[in-house]
Amino acid sequence: MEKAIKRYWPVFVLPTLAAFIIGFVWPFIQGLYLSFCKFITIDKASFNGLKNYIFALTEADFLHAFWFTALFTVVSTVCINVAALAIALALTREIKGTNLFRSVYFMPNLIGGIVLGYIWNILLNCALTLMGKPLLSLHAPYGFIGLVILMCWQQIGYMMIIYIAGLQSIPNDYLEAARIDGATESQILWKVKLPNLMPSITICLFLSLTNGFKLFDQNLALTNGDPAHKTEMLALNIYQTFYGRSGPQWKGYGQAKAVLFCILVVAIGLIQLKATRSKEVQQ
Amino acid sequence: MKKVFALLLTLTLCVGLLSACGGTKTETPASSGSSGSSSAAGSVYYLNFKPEQDEAWQNLAKAYTEETGVPVTVVTAASGTYEQTLMSEIAKSTPPTLFQVNGPVGLANWKDYCLDLTGTDVLGQLTSDGFALKDGDATLGIAYVIESYGIIANKTLLAKAGYSVDDIKSFADLKKVAEDITARKDELGFAAFSSAGMDGSSDWRFKTHLANLPIYFEYQADGIGTTDAIKGTYLDNYKAIFDLYINNSTCDPAALAGKTGDDSRNEFLAGEAVFFQNGSWEYGNLVGEGKPFTDDDLQMIPIYVGAGDEAKQGLCTGTENYWCVNNSAKEEDIQATLDFMNWCVTSETGTKAMANDMGFVIPFKAAQESPNLFVKQDAAYTAEGKMPVSWNFPTMPSENWKNEVGNALTAYAAGTGSWDAVVTAFVDGWASEYAALNG
Repeated sequence: MEKAIKRYWPVFVLPTLAAFIIGFVWPFIQGLYLSFCKFITIDKASFNGLKNYIFALTEADFLHAFWFTALFTVVSTVCINVAALAIALALTREIKGTNLFRSVYFMPNLIGGIVLGYIWNILLNCALTLMGKPLLSLHAPYGFIGLVILMCWQQIGYMMIIYIAGLQSIPNDYLEAARIDGATESQILWKVKLPNLMPSITICLFLSLTNGFKLFDQNLALTNGDPAHKTEMLALNIYQTFYGRSGPQWKGYGQAKAVLFCILVVAIGLIQLKATRSKEVQQ
Repeated sequence: MKKVFALLLTLTLCVGLLSACGGTKTETPASSGSSGSSSAAGSVYYLNFKPEQDEAWQNLAKAYTEETGVPVTVVTAASGTYEQTLMSEIAKSTPPTLFQVNGPVGLANWKDYCLDLTGTDVLGQLTSDGFALKDGDATLGIAYVIESYGIIANKTLLAKAGYSVDDIKSFADLKKVAEDITARKDELGFAAFSSAGMDGSSDWRFKTHLANLPIYFEYQADGIGTTDAIKGTYLDNYKAIFDLYINNSTCDPAALAGKTGDDSRNEFLAGEAVFFQNGSWEYGNLVGEGKPFTDDDLQMIPIYVGAGDEAKQGLCTGTENYWCVNNSAKEEDIQATLDFMNWCVTSETGTKAMANDMGFVIPFKAAQESPNLFVKQDAAYTAEGKMPVSWNFPTMPSENWKNEVGNALTAYAAGTGSWDAVVTAFVDGWASEYAALNG
């Protein structure tokens, strides 16, 4: 078999590699080039130098979107992971109906972001009306809280499944040994469970961090950036720059923002992976 | 054995690839073969802007293909995504040959892609040169539909309140009637205006259509047709009419931010409100099978704002739908497209479909009369000697300007923002957006 793989590897790798190059690498390079251009359609692009990047880095809305996104990502990552881990711990205690609870908590994840956004938009607006408070699209802090609630509701179930899998893969011997040695429950959690859970934490943090940064559908459907771009996150800001404005220069601005955005997400992802990987233990 | 298995796998993969390529290859000669058999060699690809007319266009395209053998593809962009769709479609190897822009500002984006229509048959069919969209000497677009908007009044409810549409001849009259209805709201069981929803599905009625009035009167007063610096002379009138809408509506002004276009229409359909600001395109949603209204129930009245000569003010009538032909399409496709356009506006089938199925009034010589009540009322107003208010929103600097004004209006309605913010968005925003447009 080994020999066969050695001989035939191009046959297995090439189709995927070709698809990857055609569908990802080439458009990415083209996108990089376009970020230095003015264009309406990509076949009629004219070079614009660094102006696009200068514009993107000095635009107030883009900078606001960056800080808004950063704040949102931090808050939602913490909320989602703490809640997901807590639920996962609760649901690995062999209470009755565990499977039912697991399915129910996971279900919100099956609904698409746009639909969720509209549903929560109606729900939250109704609640705000009843309380006599300004609606979501009028008051940015409510928009922010709404987004956090929405993301938590959608993501907690998914992260919970990953944590449950992680918890179940901790060998029972460890826990038993800890109990025999007289460790308390909280000691077991902090000294045994969490260190062994680090691979799950890595992946969950990575997912919720990048999800938070790349959030688009939910943002579009829930607040659409209202009021006055105050709840606009990076992805939506790029989309609005690219499609919401007319004129070739705007496409270039949008493209430059998208390149900056890509670098940012990759950088954050790598730093986070490195930081949490170093804490992982070998079982 | 393993070797054979690997080879087999590889083969299946390759077969999959080949068949995928083969599939597209066999398709091409088939379609070009059918057009080759007819006299014309080109084909038409129309990227349609109006989702509500999609079915009518598909039928018309089929009828044209049956008559002439020229294949016509009609694709309709989903509501609110026309620019995106056009942008990606036009970069393809078979781009749309016929597309739309919304006026001078939209044209600025697309003029490099528009064919100069000077000297074409279809241009000669226009009833007035005013319906051609020009850039310098070149005619790059042709208006193909004329629409009107105003305040649609439910005459039956108005009579219940003790008024008739003849009582409303000015802004003062409208205000008096609306405020009287509001005062007796509980007793009458209905409100004056359907909700001025500021959700994205409805806010264009105020940030674009209603905003046309102060712009129109300013252009009239200054004797201009466009400007890169609006003064906002008539913004007090804009405030007056908007205040009237939000304070005499079915709901609390603070709730308007979440109200949709459907909410507003449904209130009007359910008889909860007497007035509903909208246009002739709403006719099919209000009158007809399964709808509560007949032609006798409704009348569209001008939007009075207390400016200009109100006795002579008509409905807001104009267009923001211009046909453009793609200049980078193949020669034969361009010809086929021009022939198709000409056929649409001259032939019996074409003009009938546009008048009856699409409910359009078209600015072409061979136009048929439309059964649309509001269109007829517009003609009646003009016959009485009233001046239609022209559509000046195609001169608004950008979509972004409209959104900023919309945001400010929403906040003002809810009480979280001030009117000054609307004025700033309107006047300062206009100047800065024009600067960005030309910069």
